[in-house]
Amino acid sequence: MAGYILKRLLSAIPVLLGITVIVFLIMALIPGDPATAILGNFATPENVEKLNRDLGLDKPLVNQYFIWLGNMLTGDFGQSFALNRPVLDEVLERFNATLILAGTAFVLCSFFGILAGVISASRQYGPADKAITFVVLLGISIPSFFLGMMMILLFAVNLRWFPVSGMWPIFGDRDLGALLSHLAMPAFALAVVATGVIARLSRSAMLEVLRQDFIRTARAKGVPERGVIWRHALRAAMVSIIPVLGIQAGFVLSGAVYIEMVFQWPGVGRMLVDAILKRDILLVQGGVVFVAACYVMFNIMVDVAQSLLDPRIKT
Amino acid sequence: MRVLDWTRRSVLIAGATTAMSLGLMSSSVAQTPPGVLIVGQIAEPKALDPAAVTAVNDFRILMNVYDGLVRYKDGTLETEPALATGWEISDDGTVYTFTLREGVKFHDGSDFNAEAVKFNFDRMLNEDHPYHNTGPFPLSFFFSSVQEVEAVDDLTVRFTLDAPYAPFLSNLAYPTGLMVSPAAVMEHGADFGRNPSGTGPFTFTEWRSNEAVVVEANPDYWDGAPALQAVVFRPISDANTRTAEMLAGGIDMMVEVPPVALSEFQGDQFNLVEQAGPHVWFLILNAKEGPFADVRVRQAANYAINKEALVNDVLEGTAAVAAGPTPPAFAWAYNDALEPYPYDPDKARALIAEAGAEGAELTFYVTEGGSGMLDPVAMGTAMQADLEAVGFDVTIETYEWNTFLGQVNPGLEGKADMAQMAWMTNDPDTLPYLALRTEAWPDQGGFNSGYYSNAEVDMLLEAARVSTDQAERARLYKQMQEIVREDAPWVFVANWKQNAVTSDRVENFALQPSFFLLLKDVVKN
Repeated sequence: MAGYILKRLLSAIPVLLGITVIVFLIMALIPGDPATAILGNFATPENVEKLNRDLGLDKPLVNQYFIWLGNMLTGDFGQSFALNRPVLDEVLERFNATLILAGTAFVLCSFFGILAGVISASRQYGPADKAITFVVLLGISIPSFFLGMMMILLFAVNLRWFPVSGMWPIFGDRDLGALLSHLAMPAFALAVVATGVIARLSRSAMLEVLRQDFIRTARAKGVPERGVIWRHALRAAMVSIIPVLGIQAGFVLSGAVYIEMVFQWPGVGRMLVDAILKRDILLVQGGVVFVAACYVMFNIMVDVAQSLLDPRIKT
Repeated sequence: MRVLDWTRRSVLIAGATTAMSLGLMSSSVAQTPPGVLIVGQIAEPKALDPAAVTAVNDFRILMNVYDGLVRYKDGTLETEPALATGWEISDDGTVYTFTLREGVKFHDGSDFNAEAVKFNFDRMLNEDHPYHNTGPFPLSFFFSSVQEVEAVDDLTVRFTLDAPYAPFLSNLAYPTGLMVSPAAVMEHGADFGRNPSGTGPFTFTEWRSNEAVVVEANPDYWDGAPALQAVVFRPISDANTRTAEMLAGGIDMMVEVPPVALSEFQGDQFNLVEQAGPHVWFLILNAKEGPFADVRVRQAANYAINKEALVNDVLEGTAAVAAGPTPPAFAWAYNDALEPYPYDPDKARALIAEAGAEGAELTFYVTEGGSGMLDPVAMGTAMQADLEAVGFDVTIETYEWNTFLGQVNPGLEGKADMAQMAWMTNDPDTLPYLALRTEAWPDQGGFNSGYYSNAEVDMLLEAARVSTDQAERARLYKQMQEIVREDAPWVFVANWKQNAVTSDRVENFALQPSFFLLLKDVVKN
C-alpha cells in the first residue's frame, strides 16, 4: 500500500508542473496587463511601462516564469498587486473559508444523497421512490446561484432568519452559532445539485447490487431487511458510490464560485474571479496552483480509499 | 418497513435540529448599533495609502481618514483651505507658497508640518527617496509638473513647478494629494497601506480582510469631532447581494445602487440620495478615416442616437443627457448655453445623404463593463438600433474592460469607427487636455483615440492650463465646449448621477459632486 501511495504521489509532480506552465501562459497571453487594470482611464503607454517596471513585469516571460517557480518552491508566492498583501496569506485564508463551505456542503450532499438513493432503491417504483425522484430532479434542475438568490430573498430579506451575506457577523462573538447562521444558506444552496446527482447514482448502484445472489442468500438465511440493505448491499454499492463522491467533491469545490459570489462568502472562488478581472497575475497563478494541488491530493486520496475498499483495484 | 421506520426517525431528528437552529439563528440577526454607520462598498480596498491607489472605492474610505492641503468646498468642485490655511501663487504661476494649519497632529501622534508635506511629495515623485519603494504610485503623474518641494519654515511650504499648471490646486484636493504620516510610513514601510495614519476626522482601527475596514471618530479633529462613533466599510461586490443587505438591514448605507434596484427603495424607511458628478459618457468617433472623417456624419450620429431614451429607459434616470465634453458638475467652467443635440433621425438622414454616407458600415467597440461605464452592453445595443434606423450598418465588437482599454487607447485607426468611453475627472482641464488635443493623439501618449484635431481647441486648452485666473480659464473652457460640440468628435451621451441609499436612521448625509463620500457630519440614530 505504501508503495502504491508513493507511486501516486510521484506521478502528481509532472501534473503540478504542467499546471504551473499552463496557468502562467494563460495569464501571460490574455489581453490586458495589470498596469492597465490599475491605471484604468489613465493607462498611457508611458504610465503603463513605468508601472510594469515597478511591478517587475518588464522581464522576459521565461525569466518571469522561472523566478516565480523558484520563489514558489521556497514557499514565496509573491505579493498580490490588487490586494497589496502576500499571495499565500490571502490564498490560505480564502481556501479555509471555501473548505468550510464546501466541506459542509459535501457532508450534507453525501449524507442526504446516499440516504435518498438507498431509500429509493429499496422501495423501487413505490411512492417513496417516486417522491424522492421528483424532488431530486427538481434539485438537479435549479441553478445553484438562482436558488441562492431566492433563498436570500425569502429567508434573509423577508423572514430575516439568516444574515444575507458574509461569513462572520460584523459585531458580536465569532462563535459556532454565528458561523452556522452565516453558513446555513450557502451550504444548502451549494449541496442541492450534488445531493441530487449522488442520490440518482446511489439508487442505480444499489439496485444493481440488490439483484445479486449474495443478497438473496442473506435474505434466505434470515438477515433482517434493514441489515440486508445497510450492511450487505450498501457496503458493496459503496465501491461505485465513492468515485461519484470524489467527483462531486470536486463539483462542490468548483460550484462554490457562484455561491461565494451570491453570498459574498470570502472564499477562494470569489478571490480568483476578482483577481482575474483585475489582472492580479500572481494571485491568480498562486491561487490556481494551490487549488490544483489540493485537487490532485484529493484524487489520490479517493483512489487510495477505493483500493482499500476493493483490493482488486491496485495498479 | 424497517427501512422506512428508520428514515421517519431520521427525518424527525433532522427536522427538529433544523427548527432548533432556526430559532437560535433568528436572534443572531440583530439591528446595527446607533452611532456606528455600516457602509456597503463595492469591493475590497487595495490599500489605505492614498498615494498608491486609483479606485473610487478606496477613495471613499481615504477621504474620511486623511486631509489634503486643500479640499473641495461642500457641494462644489472648487477648492478651499484644509491643512493649508492659505496660499500665494507667483505671477508666472510656477511657485505656490502654502501656509500650514498650526497644531495639527497625525493619528499616530506625530506633528503635521512642512517637513511632512515635503516627505509626502518626495516619496511619490523622487525615485531616490528612501521610501519611494513603498509604492508604486500609479497616479503620481498628477504632480509631474512639481519640480521641487521646499520646507521654508515649520509652517510654510513652497512648491516650484516646471511650468504654469492651473489644475495643480484641484489635484491637491484629489486623494492622490492626501497627507500621510511620515512617521507611520517609516515604521511600516510597504505595509503602510494596511496601517494608515492621517489627520482626518476618523482614525483607522482595524482591517479584517474581505470583511470590513473599521474607522473610529477622531475627537481631536481640527475641524470639529465627527458626529458618528465609528464607520464600518463592508466590501459587497455583488450588486444584488448589496441590495439585499440594504433591504434586510445589514448595512445602513449602500453606494452605487443598480438602476433596476432603485424601485426597491421607494418606501419611507429608505432615503435615496443622488448627485451629478464630474463624469461624462461618450462615443469616440474615428475622425481620421471612414465615414466619421466627415463632420456631417459625426453630427448625424449625435442626432440619430436617442439619449433621452437611453438615460430614462436603460439607465432608469441615473444619468442626465450630456450636452458637450465638459460635465455640468464643473459649474464654474461649464457653458450653460450649450444645448444637447436633439433626437432628430430625419436631420441625421439628411446629413448622411449630404455627405454621401448612406449605408456606411461601422465597427462599434463595446465593453462588458468598467469604471464609470454604467450599463455599456445595453447602451451599445440601443445605440446600434438607433444608428441602423438612420441607415448605418453597425457591427458591435464586445471586449472585457482591460482588453477593451488595450484596444481603444492605442487609437481606433484601422480597427473601428466608434468606441464607448467614460471618464471621471477632478478638473475641467484633465479630459479635454488628454483626449481632444492634436498633441494628445495616441502616438504621442494621449487618449485622443479618434484623432480629433482643431487648432483653435488646442490653443484654448493650452491657454486655460497656464492661466491662474479662474474667470479667464472659465471663459476659455466655455469657448472650447462650443467648438467641440459643433465639431462633434464624440457622441455626447450622458453624465452619471451617483446615487446612494441610506436607512431612515441616517441623517445629514449628502453626496458630493467629487464622488467622494464624506461622513464627518453624518448622524445615525
